Amino acid sequence: MNDPIGNEMYSLHVNGQDRAVMDAWVGESLLYVLRERLGLPGAKGACEQGECGSCTVLMDGDAVCSCLVMAATAVGSEIVTVEGLVEQNPTMAVTAHAITSQVTDVQQAFITEGGVQCGFCTPGLIVAVHHLLDKNPDPTELEVKESISGNICRCTGYGRIFAAVEAVVQVRKANS
Amino acid sequence: MTVAIPLTISEALDALSSNPDARLIQGGTDMMVEINFNHLKPHNIIALRRIKELRTWTKNTDGSITIGAGVPYQEMETGELKQLVPALAEAARTVGSPQIRAAGTLGGNLGTCSPAGDGLPVLFAVDAVVHLQSNEVSRQLSIHDFMLGVKRNARNANEIITAVTIPVLNGWQGYTKVGVRNAMVISVASACLAVDKPTKSVRIALGAVGPTIIRCRDAESWLTQQFDLSTSTKIELDLAKEFGRRVALESKPIDDHRSTAEYRRHAVSVLAQRLITRAYPS
Amino acid sequence: MSATKQDVRSRDTLGASALRPDGVAKVTGAFSFSSDMWAENMLWGATLRSPHPYARIISIDTTPALLISGVSAVLTAQDVPGKATYGLISADQPVFASEYVRYMGEPVAIVAADHPETCRRALEAIIVNYEVLTPVVDPELAMLSSTELIHPDGNLIRHQHIVHGDPNAASDITVEGNYTIGMQDQAFLGLEAAMAFPDSGGNGVELHIATQWLHEDRGQIAACLALPEENVRLVLGGVGGAFGAREDISLQVHCCLLALRTGKPIKMQYSREESFFGHVHRHPAKIWMKHHATKDGKIVKIESRMVFDGGAYTSTSPAVLINGITHTQGPYQCDNAIVDGYAVRTNNPPCGAMRGFGVVQACFAHESQMDLLAAACGLSPVDVRLKNAMRTGDKLITGQTVESVAPVERCIRETDAIPMPEPMSQKANVLEFPGGSGRTADRHNIIRGVGWGVSIKNLMYSEGFDDYATARCTLSDGVASLKFATSEVGQGFVTLAPQIARSVLGIDEVVLETSDTQIGSAGSTSASRQTWMSGGAVDGACRLVRERLFEHVGKLHNIDPIRLMVENTDIIDTVGTFRISVSDATQGITISETFEHHHRKTEDLDENGQGNCHVAFAFVAHRAVVDVDVELGLVKVVQIATAQDVGRVLNPLSAIGQLEGGIAQGLGLAVMEEIIMDNGRVKNPSFTDYLLPTALDAPRVVAIMIEEPEPQAPLGAKGIGEPPCISVTPAIVAAIRSATGKALLRVPVRPQDICL
Ligand SMILES: Cc1cc2nc3c(=O)[nH]c(=O)nc-3n(C[C@H](O)[C@H](O)[C@H](O)COP(=O)(O)OP(=O)(O)OC[C@H]3O[C@@H](n4cnc5c(N)ncnc54)[C@H](O)[C@@H]3O)c2cc1C
Ligand code: FES
Ligand code: FES
Repeated sequence: MNDPIGNEMYSLHVNGQDRAVMDAWVGESLLYVLRERLGLPGAKGACEQGECGSCTVLMDGDAVCSCLVMAATAVGSEIVTVEGLVEQNPTMAVTAHAITSQVTDVQQAFITEGGVQCGFCTPGLIVAVHHLLDKNPDPTELEVKESISGNICRCTGYGRIFAAVEAVVQVRKANS
Repeated sequence: MTVAIPLTISEALDALSSNPDARLIQGGTDMMVEINFNHLKPHNIIALRRIKELRTWTKNTDGSITIGAGVPYQEMETGELKQLVPALAEAARTVGSPQIRAAGTLGGNLGTCSPAGDGLPVLFAVDAVVHLQSNEVSRQLSIHDFMLGVKRNARNANEIITAVTIPVLNGWQGYTKVGVRNAMVISVASACLAVDKPTKSVRIALGAVGPTIIRCRDAESWLTQQFDLSTSTKIELDLAKEFGRRVALESKPIDDHRSTAEYRRHAVSVLAQRLITRAYPS
Repeated sequence: MSATKQDVRSRDTLGASALRPDGVAKVTGAFSFSSDMWAENMLWGATLRSPHPYARIISIDTTPALLISGVSAVLTAQDVPGKATYGLISADQPVFASEYVRYMGEPVAIVAADHPETCRRALEAIIVNYEVLTPVVDPELAMLSSTELIHPDGNLIRHQHIVHGDPNAASDITVEGNYTIGMQDQAFLGLEAAMAFPDSGGNGVELHIATQWLHEDRGQIAACLALPEENVRLVLGGVGGAFGAREDISLQVHCCLLALRTGKPIKMQYSREESFFGHVHRHPAKIWMKHHATKDGKIVKIESRMVFDGGAYTSTSPAVLINGITHTQGPYQCDNAIVDGYAVRTNNPPCGAMRGFGVVQACFAHESQMDLLAAACGLSPVDVRLKNAMRTGDKLITGQTVESVAPVERCIRETDAIPMPEPMSQKANVLEFPGGSGRTADRHNIIRGVGWGVSIKNLMYSEGFDDYATARCTLSDGVASLKFATSEVGQGFVTLAPQIARSVLGIDEVVLETSDTQIGSAGSTSASRQTWMSGGAVDGACRLVRERLFEHVGKLHNIDPIRLMVENTDIIDTVGTFRISVSDATQGITISETFEHHHRKTEDLDENGQGNCHVAFAFVAHRAVVDVDVELGLVKVVQIATAQDVGRVLNPLSAIGQLEGGIAQGLGLAVMEEIIMDNGRVKNPSFTDYLLPTALDAPRVVAIMIEEPEPQAPLGAKGIGEPPCISVTPAIVAAIRSATGKALLRVPVRPQDICL
């Protein structure tokens, strides 16, 4: 009963950097390690069973639930969290009224289209939407719905989130 | 050892034989839930996700295909696999959400062996064969002998599920499942139907209505006698209904918080009727 | 919606779609939710909960847990220094169960340790001996005098009788029904979480907490800790949604107790499973209702009996009950009524506030009844509602006159005028059918139905409660800073408050200070009240500041302040040519004012349920179009058309978000969301089995906002948070009825209710 619970040591590749993890318990999820050990609380936990998508991160190019990844097995994988998106995605010229920081086009659209209320689902959705649009730049409405059907939002009823995705698609089309 | 991340099956088997209590983890979509919910406290872990052999699929000379245990569902949803095994593609697309389908695998579905697993009715309908390998032997087991009960299977502790072989049939096949939400929902009742015209056979397997997946062999053989599966193009409504009724008789559903036995029995009769009608629509 | 909406906003004053000031932080992951907090040396706290719905605690042995390395404290009831119980209305809920556990999941002990996993191991090591008792789970049974009392305060939490007009009024037609409403969960996404920092002397604590009402929490916490209120400081942690579930105490007292005991910062956060046990739910209810009407469909009298299952502790049950029964008539004229309402204690999980607060239950019944009435007298659902529609000046069955703007008829007509959705297209994908990705339906299995729901909802607190709000405005060098204790839970008060300041003061830059208990109460973020109440307080504080600014400018420039006004960002002399920018006018000076906004007084109900108990009302109409797979009982909601009485739109973007979000929650109650109980046990405390609508379940929402400014409201705007989720539920059920012909007397509607 009195064995120390954590003695795992490993290194994860997160947002382009190698990050050391020390004295971890083997059962820790990637979500826990990102949030509690690596100081990256962007990914949120709302169910820890894959049913809400708040913890979505990119792992080797796939959008996955970080609560379902055993952190110690993610060694060698390329992990991108919501905090790392701005660097991965060339930032847009941001001119809108209230926006002064650097954000991606998807992030900007979530703000300007009203896709954010409490914001708890938002980081996971931002990652999921970036992933969708990278793979499918011009999705149909149904493709958008299906691709974010694993991201629960309790506040918005999704209407403004669809509007945000639509807005990004239009702007990207106009710019290309 | 606490966490091993082998790159080959043989490395994984070595790790397993030196740590017989080790738990295998592939996509983690079942196992991490167990850990997060405090139902499982693993000490030794063998992560299979970097084993390339498990993440590939091949066409065999006899026309069947062999899908590695670590191929994620998202690869089955589209492309050539969808052409070859449409029912598997449909089943894969109903699994959880895109995030779950990027990680979850048939190996894990078989490892867990839940009667609500969406991959399993397809494997039962097409008579798939499960490949198991230990440091000593490798063996192949019919899916019907592999799944033993609710979350029980015939895998020995020293074995890894490496792949499943799926015969490619010649005829319509499809999968359908009832859930109370339009996406990301666990099966209340499901069915896979596959027709093989050359052998004039129809196979129907039910999920979530019994301790294992249920192949409705009586209904299958009854229909074979009523109806020419190789030449017909349209099934009459009454016949389809009767097929559904007979399928439901073979189900063994229970009441639980997800639904009632009565509804499940009703649902599988409707699903069977609809699937056979999709197979023979006009 | 186009991405260039912001271009039309020249200034973010009232009426503009100002953007959330916390938007950037929220989209980049930088926003700190209460679960994101971290501190050097912090410990984790965790809760041991009863596995039984009803049991006597024979003994608790915590020593094995204390022996585990990494465990710093294990506390039980005997470690509570102050009051042993808490509660919003009646302090009947123990901080820890000591003698009895009265619901499954009731806290019994807490631990602090160095890692969440150590906490879990410590909880498993605590030995509790229970004598398991038979739970009382049926409210009807619990109310009987022959039934054992499961709490010293008794099993009947509240009974209220209403009799109005002539109880013997005669009519041509009667319709009646027995309705059942299931237990819904708020299911906010951001789980309960808090961080407590002990003061160095150990006689004070600072709690960062996601809550709806800082000051109410503080009072309850301080009493349990036996500390003066000023030694307990609360700071609002980032809140990931609330919907009523953060009005009651959950982990607040526990977290502070552990911090004070260990002398270290304590982080506590619930898991989703724990959250289902850790907060109150929407009351399940059984409602019998009988409408008496003339043969042309005019309501003559309503009789009803409502039984709300309050669960093990009082929470807000008495108020929820009153809301339910006082809304029996819905948004319709009714001169005669006899209603009895009962809120009952059982060994089910405690129930309390959830968006709609008692009115959701009543509305499902009265709207189902309106459709029965329509059928009985050969009217359409629209006509029967128009015929009875309430107007300003009408009386409620409590005798209260509806002084609010009451555009019920307009809500119905404008909703009716919204175009119906196109019939299902030949190209429609199977994912859009009922059953969605399960590919269950073929086109010919699907039948479309249309249904209506209309509702009335009270705004603010009732029955004599003075739920005032406080705000302070400080203006200096062209920048206004606002201070209030208002909980931002996602609704957007942080967007609105600066809009108010900009409109009143003519400045653009507004800084929001931390929401904490270092200023007077703002009341709760609930009851659709913050735009009205805290908005009124911010408006009032800004106006006081403006008055003093005018005095200052007037004195300096020798102009009677009465002649000054703000025009855009300038102060101008309305009769002269003087003009100075507010920014210039405030250089080097600081003006600060605090304002408390009180709504008009309300009264208690008398023994006949008569009295002016509510402040104001808002109205909304919903029309639902659904596709139903009748054979499998699966439903897809295609479109919700709605026209809502909002008073005035202060921020169009925020407003539509409230409407769409509320509609999704009402949809959840209609077809999927229910906490399933089995003899006091929760069967589905997880997101695998408690289903929330996904993006593929979301209907297309077509919304109209009816702007008839409310004279009573400080900004002319009514609360808009609750109405969207109230009548959409009966509208969806009515649509399913119209597609299937089934009676459907309970929500959520389950597949077997439709097809078996
Ligand atoms: C939110 C959510 C939704 C879901 N929805 C569905 C759904 O709709 N339908 C459905 O069928 N399932 C669903 N699942 C369950 C799960 O995703 C599937 O069962 C999946 O197939 C598991 O695969 P995995 O690789 O993630 O398994 P893992 O979790 O890695 O493993 C599961 C089990 O199998 C064992 N195992 C894995 N690989 C091997 C191997 N090669 N050899 C031997 N044993 C092995 C593991 O030891 C473990 O016991 C859902 C899960 C979640 C979290
Ligand atoms: S926390 Fe990972 S999906 Fe909910
Ligand atoms: S904005 Fe609150 S959950 Fe999505």
